[in-house]
Amino acid sequence: MNTISTLNFEGFGELFPEITGLTQPFWDGLAQGEVRLQKCAACGTHQYPAESFCYACGAQAMSWVKVAGEGTVYSFIVVHQVYHKLFKAFMPYTVAIVQMDEGPRMLSAMLGLQKPIAIGDRVKPCIRVVDNERAFLTYVPVNQ
Amino acid sequence: MKNKRQRYCIVGVGNTAYGRTPGLSQTALNVLAIRAALEDAGLTTKDLHGVLTKAPTSTFPRLWAPQIAEALRVQPNIVGTLDQAGATNIGLIQYAISCIELGQGEVVAIAYGDNPRTGTRENYARARGGDGAVAGLFGTPSSYALAARRRMHEYGSTKTQLAHVAMTHRHHASLNPNAVYQTPITIDDYMNARWVAEPFGLLDCCPVSDGGAAYIVTTEARAKELKKAPIYLRGIGQSHPSWEFFRRPDLAASGAAESGRLCFASAGMSTADVDFCEIYDCFTIVPIITLEEYGFVPRGKGGAFYQDGHTRLGGKLPCNTSGGLLSETGMPGTQLVCEAVRQLRGECGVRQVKNPTVGLVSQQGGILTTHATMLLSVEGGQLQ
Repeated sequence: MNTISTLNFEGFGELFPEITGLTQPFWDGLAQGEVRLQKCAACGTHQYPAESFCYACGAQAMSWVKVAGEGTVYSFIVVHQVYHKLFKAFMPYTVAIVQMDEGPRMLSAMLGLQKPIAIGDRVKPCIRVVDNERAFLTYVPVNQ
Repeated sequence: MKNKRQRYCIVGVGNTAYGRTPGLSQTALNVLAIRAALEDAGLTTKDLHGVLTKAPTSTFPRLWAPQIAEALRVQPNIVGTLDQAGATNIGLIQYAISCIELGQGEVVAIAYGDNPRTGTRENYARARGGDGAVAGLFGTPSSYALAARRRMHEYGSTKTQLAHVAMTHRHHASLNPNAVYQTPITIDDYMNARWVAEPFGLLDCCPVSDGGAAYIVTTEARAKELKKAPIYLRGIGQSHPSWEFFRRPDLAASGAAESGRLCFASAGMSTADVDFCEIYDCFTIVPIITLEEYGFVPRGKGGAFYQDGHTRLGGKLPCNTSGGLLSETGMPGTQLVCEAVRQLRGECGVRQVKNPTVGLVSQQGGILTTHATMLLSVEGGQLQ
């Protein structure tokens, strides 16, 4: 897992969702340089997004665990249309659906790619730092 | 459950101009469409027992059907707005016939009207869900493009095949004087259009359009007293994959397989009975997925079916004979019901399918999140 802060993500804080008690551990984890998912003590399923119960078995037995978070590209697009000014500097940029090895699928920007990606490519988390308190999850190819 | 049901019909259809309708509120677009549909049926607002609506995508107001009823100056027994996005257009018919079957109304108007082109279109470019913005996922085309990429990977659909969806529907729009985009497009036009979100270029995406459309549902007994020949509701079904698109087990599947199965079973028909289709073509990949899931063609063959010209007027299975969302108007699907009824009545002039008996309407919403299917026919019959 790497944490990269060479690209400038000033202002990206405004793109963050409202963080609640339920989701705080995920974002705290990223700010501390690690990817965390909920894990069910009853059935062992990892899940994202966070809930007070397990989507798979319904048990109210969720706790947060640190994960490697690597995965494969399930699908991706290359965005050319400017929808938000903050992404202008990265145009065109890739958005991927990553099938995490732990189970959940994540939606993630893939920024600063050296060459095009393909479905099935192995990818790893790359946590992007916005400021001292905030960071967000992106992915990069394992071999980059 | 096998009691003898009444037979249900669509007896009136109506719409406003499409594209840009400055000066017309969301309310006006609904009211004008409903009044046009009533006129088409030979009915008046005094005949209405129900007013059902699909909420305007751009603002999603609350208590919307009661507002439209008030603007029509009626106090109906039945109002409602169903939250199934594009599938609502058919879902509301299921609600309407349920109410009629209970004997609590006989004439129900179903409408959609919105002005995202001249009003606000922020909803069409918003971020997807909680983490969508920070992931850079904005706008409906981006989400459908993720589904399209997966579909192309799994089944080998090509950009050339997507081009033929856009070209076919535009060809049909060129024969439709109310279509927003009537100028035919070539494969070069398609390939040279600017990228939006690869694999989608501009001509893979339906435009954002103003407009309103409506239809009137009633019983066969009432229909026979009215102005035009009734068009019978012969089959109907829904299915909702429902999960957020990128988390569902199969991203590139829609609800068409299951909603189609229910619809064909309720009609006692098969794909061989269908003369034409009106498919919710918000993006070029969708008709390909839909035709395959209904079983008109084997999985992976929908794109070639388009490329080989079978969906053109005069082909085996004309699709989106008015131009669809891609070219007639980007409105979310109500207009397709109007087109199916007009085709079955033989009112479509130069774009008329030759002597059709059965037409299929496919509607879906969200990101392949909801789905509904309907079979309409000139021949009477009850839902089974």
